[in-house]
Amino acid sequence: MRIPIESFCLDNGLVVTLSRDNTAPIVAVNLWYHVGSANERVGRTGFAHLFEHMLFQGSEHVGANEHFELVQRAGGTLNGSTWLERTNYFETVPSNQLALALWLEADRMGALLPAMTQKKLDTQRDVVKNERRWSVDNQPYGTWWERLPALVFPESHPFHHSLIGSMEDLSEASLEDVEQFFRTYYTPDNAVLSIAGDFDSAEARNLVEQYFGSVPRGAGKPPLEGMELPEKFGETLRLVVEDDVSLPRLYMAFRSPVFGSEGYYIASVCGAILGMRRGSRLYRSLVREKQVAADTTAFTFDLAKGSDLLIVDVTARPEITVDRLQEEVEHEIDILVSDGVTQEEVERAVALIQTDMITALQSASERADRLSMFATLLGDPSLINEQADRYHSVTAAQVSEFACEKLGPDNRALLLYVPRPERAVESDADLIGATVS
Amino acid sequence: MTVAIRPQPGPAREYHFPDFVRRQLDNGLTLIVASVNKLPIVSVVAVVDATALGDKKGKEGTANLTAQALREGTTTRDGTRLALDLEKLGTSIEAGADWDSTVASMTVLKDRLAAAFGIFAEVLTKPRFRTEDIERLKAERLAERMQLLTEPRGLADESFARFIYADNSRYAQPMSGDSRSVSSLSRDDVVSFYECNYVPPQTTLIMAGDITIEEAVTLAESALSEWCGERKTSSVDADRGARDSRAIEIIVKPDAAQSELRIGHVGVPRSHPDYFPIVVMNAVLGGLFSSRINLNLREAHGYTYGASSYYDWRRQSGPFVISTAVQSEVTREAIAETLKEIDRMHEEEIGEEELTLATSYLEGVFPIRYETTSAIASALANLVMFDLPEDYYDRYRANIGSVTTHDVLDAARKHVQPERLQIVVVGNPELVKSSIEALGFGSVRTREVTDF
Repeated sequence: MRIPIESFCLDNGLVVTLSRDNTAPIVAVNLWYHVGSANERVGRTGFAHLFEHMLFQGSEHVGANEHFELVQRAGGTLNGSTWLERTNYFETVPSNQLALALWLEADRMGALLPAMTQKKLDTQRDVVKNERRWSVDNQPYGTWWERLPALVFPESHPFHHSLIGSMEDLSEASLEDVEQFFRTYYTPDNAVLSIAGDFDSAEARNLVEQYFGSVPRGAGKPPLEGMELPEKFGETLRLVVEDDVSLPRLYMAFRSPVFGSEGYYIASVCGAILGMRRGSRLYRSLVREKQVAADTTAFTFDLAKGSDLLIVDVTARPEITVDRLQEEVEHEIDILVSDGVTQEEVERAVALIQTDMITALQSASERADRLSMFATLLGDPSLINEQADRYHSVTAAQVSEFACEKLGPDNRALLLYVPRPERAVESDADLIGATVS
Repeated sequence: MTVAIRPQPGPAREYHFPDFVRRQLDNGLTLIVASVNKLPIVSVVAVVDATALGDKKGKEGTANLTAQALREGTTTRDGTRLALDLEKLGTSIEAGADWDSTVASMTVLKDRLAAAFGIFAEVLTKPRFRTEDIERLKAERLAERMQLLTEPRGLADESFARFIYADNSRYAQPMSGDSRSVSSLSRDDVVSFYECNYVPPQTTLIMAGDITIEEAVTLAESALSEWCGERKTSSVDADRGARDSRAIEIIVKPDAAQSELRIGHVGVPRSHPDYFPIVVMNAVLGGLFSSRINLNLREAHGYTYGASSYYDWRRQSGPFVISTAVQSEVTREAIAETLKEIDRMHEEEIGEEELTLATSYLEGVFPIRYETTSAIASALANLVMFDLPEDYYDRYRANIGSVTTHDVLDAARKHVQPERLQIVVVGNPELVKSSIEALGFGSVRTREVTDF
């Protein structure tokens, strides 16, 4: 399946990609800024994400939270998100409201700072601290988001530190940081704008030129230092964390080829053979046959610089110790390393990946986001149409070779969660209330 | 540098919910097909009138266990073979039961539909229900129950249901059963639940995507016409409330980094004539990002990452819930601000601007909701589950648009009842108990989450 793609660049460096599909009267606008937690300076962990929150606090011609209100009043959906290498902002609106979505994005790209105040920053700082409590501190296994990168990336590496940030660093963030971050990274030459859905191509080009054309190019961003990594960890890394969890869980990570490379497609197929759905090796062996695991998944981080991570996560059954869990998972990986995979397994994995890909592309928002992703990380949005062929060309021999080279003990990182001693119960648990006062 | 004038919308393009047709097979099975030719994929959904309300007393979880056991093998394929055969076709079957139905679904590429549908039909009509598979699924459910003890959001939702519904109401118990009820389930329970509820007259097969009605009828007849069984009806009262006065309870999580809050009471059934005014009222109160509760708790005070309210629509009265998680130290303030917003909804009509924000949002996102074949199939499943009229989706936007500020006030006064509010806090009593005693909800009960 191929989607239509047009792509051009404004004089100020803004890359624009268009993909028309007029089956429904809706259009998605998606903006990727090529900045994420990796670009934060020392002592400012969590700042890229805090900054994402500030982008909804208004700009020169838009009041605080008015961006949300105008898009929703127009009958649209919207949000933003932050990752290690990028921050994205997106709206899906009825197609007659395309101009509004573009105007809103252009106003904050061109003139955010007049709307920034200390009070807004202080409130969003509290909101983000509560987001941290909600998604990390008060969530079983929630700290894996920061513990795993800390375990697998060297301390000096831009991917090492926490994405959501520490409470201390969030407290330190100032308006001056906001201004500096904006001037450095929120520039048209550091962004990709994608539009997918029901629009007229000429009209869309005109609107983009009209709203974004006068936003000045930036002065350039500092390069990310020390991104390069060896292909493997060189050893087995292991960290055990006692936490308020009921069941042990293992996150096992392997350093793997970066997003978009040939090796990335091979690694993804390998991951699907290991942990995607009920026909996968880990599910069949650990959940169904040996019954040591309650569930299992595999996924990649999709990082485009330095190295990517292939991760499997497996949660134990109540009576299974963390050591037993580790032993069983490593045993499965060892078999994969020594015996390789079959063509049949590759076909299963590719068939599932293919259906997922086509299913996802039904959504205009998803299509626009993936266009932005390919354009930002790989410099070429049309590569989105090469994916299917690249997956189909993966062979069993390639996956076996990848497993042999990259899944051995010299490239494993194990993050193990164990219940705190008082949580370790022998029997089933339930919610029986004993009223004590 | 930037353009000062906000652009105005152009003329709106028409949108219609996809046309669909109904057919009935001789054995009583209903077929609903929506042809949507955007991409070469088809979503298949079977909706069976086999619900958690059909669980026998003490055997809660039977409906869900039965639905999950469908995927564990058929008379011709064991569980692993079944998974592999489907996955080679790039698909898999999801199955589960809730309060109003059992749903089995899959999405598959058009050129693999015929092969996949044959397996889908087999899963629905010829399950094997091996004892060892049933036992494994039970063990997985028990693991899930254990997980809940340390998962504050799920714990709060479940504790809230237990708190607001009378002990003997089915809605007070977890939908998929608790560890005692699940432990007591046997293969016989599953088989008899299946035989009693999985019959063609109680089943609707929905297909949405790149398929015609003729193709769908051919597929259904070839794979499902042998299936037989009679309709059984039974009804259970599941939604009696625990009390009519305010009450508050703390579920103890000593090291909680936050308080998970649930505030509300027993709501109304999906069939209630005030459905549309309630939906609009709820959007204004807590349904949207720009809702009163979220703008107050998150944007004005920074107490939370987000606060929202919803009516859990079921055939009987599901809960009305305001849901948020706040920094422990401001638990009392967050509750007080929420109560203030409820009072404000009662005192006077909302402004015209607020009304149109909610109605234009709900009308506008309508086409965005149905971009995918699975979303269209789910929408059709809703029609079946709640017995909604054929033109429900065609009239949806007009129904939303006709709600007035007066209707909203009326809906708030009738369906958000401050004197009946129940509150559950999952958190650290040392940090919250003394401060919330002053809220006027009576004595604050503390409940330990215990093991047995």
